[in-house]
Amino acid sequence: MKHFKAMITVTLRKSILDVQGKTVEHALHSTNFTSIEHVRIGKYVELFVHADSAEQAMNIVDDACKNIIANPIMEDHHIELQEVSVGETA
Amino acid sequence: MKFGIVVFPGSNCDHDAWYATSHNAGAEAHMLWHKDTTIPADIDCVILPGGFSYGDYLRCGAIARVSPIMSAVREHAQKGKYVLGICNGFQILTESGLLPGVLLRNTSLSFICKDIYLRTEQILSPFTNAMEQGQILRVPIAHGEGNYFADEETIHILEQEQRIAFRYCDANGNASMESNPNGSINNIAGILNDTGNVLGMMPHPERCCDPLLGNSDGLGVFTSLMQTVGLV
Repeated sequence: MKHFKAMITVTLRKSILDVQGKTVEHALHSTNFTSIEHVRIGKYVELFVHADSAEQAMNIVDDACKNIIANPIMEDHHIELQEVSVGETA
Repeated sequence: MKFGIVVFPGSNCDHDAWYATSHNAGAEAHMLWHKDTTIPADIDCVILPGGFSYGDYLRCGAIARVSPIMSAVREHAQKGKYVLGICNGFQILTESGLLPGVLLRNTSLSFICKDIYLRTEQILSPFTNAMEQGQILRVPIAHGEGNYFADEETIHILEQEQRIAFRYCDANGNASMESNPNGSINNIAGILNDTGNVLGMMPHPERCCDPLLGNSDGLGVFTSLMQTVGLV
């Protein structure tokens, strides 16, 4: 059994206007960060999972994202997986 | 007519719903606990009340959706019995898939707590049959995530099947950008499921049922249900 750390970012789908991102973008522009664009605000979820392989771990986490962690009607999710030793999961 | 009002950790309109249905509308009303796994057979309508179930953690309604009672609520709806989700209850219904779409953050990014006007769009539903077509109701809203969104196809189906129960409007019944408090597509304030026995709405009819409060425009939702089921 291997152990993995999953780092998940959840953002609003591209087709949905991210009002909060837009507001932050305007704030950045008004403080002279004019080269910054397309700001999107999301959330970060970190979790640990044990599985036989990275592929299996990815499937479990992806399933969890589709079912609970993100709402596919309005959100996209992105998962980064990293194998860790048992001690690192505590 | 018996109402069952689900109490989740963080519900805060459960007692209002109980008062409106029992004291104002004159029906029987019982509280149901979120850990219950069954809904008593004599309950005609389950109300998912407003509030902040599970602290709105993750997304509004996302955790309540997996609480034990929700399987029973789903079965209750599948039997053709009635489910009314108000505010957070509407969010729980969309998260559960009992109603289509989702409630996004208000476009103003602010929590809005004020009276708004609603236009009654569908009076053939069990939740609105005591009202008149186009009847304008003054009802309070109190939410940060009430901006109804669904993909184009879903909106098209909702419109075509006349499943939009209420739309935000002004005092004269005009549904415009100006009278839309939260950015909802097509000013949608409340929708029905495809069989018409589940209603989700962001405004709070249970908060305006007592003439002593100066407004009883919300009472029609409950008296409609009583008219449908029969006054028992």
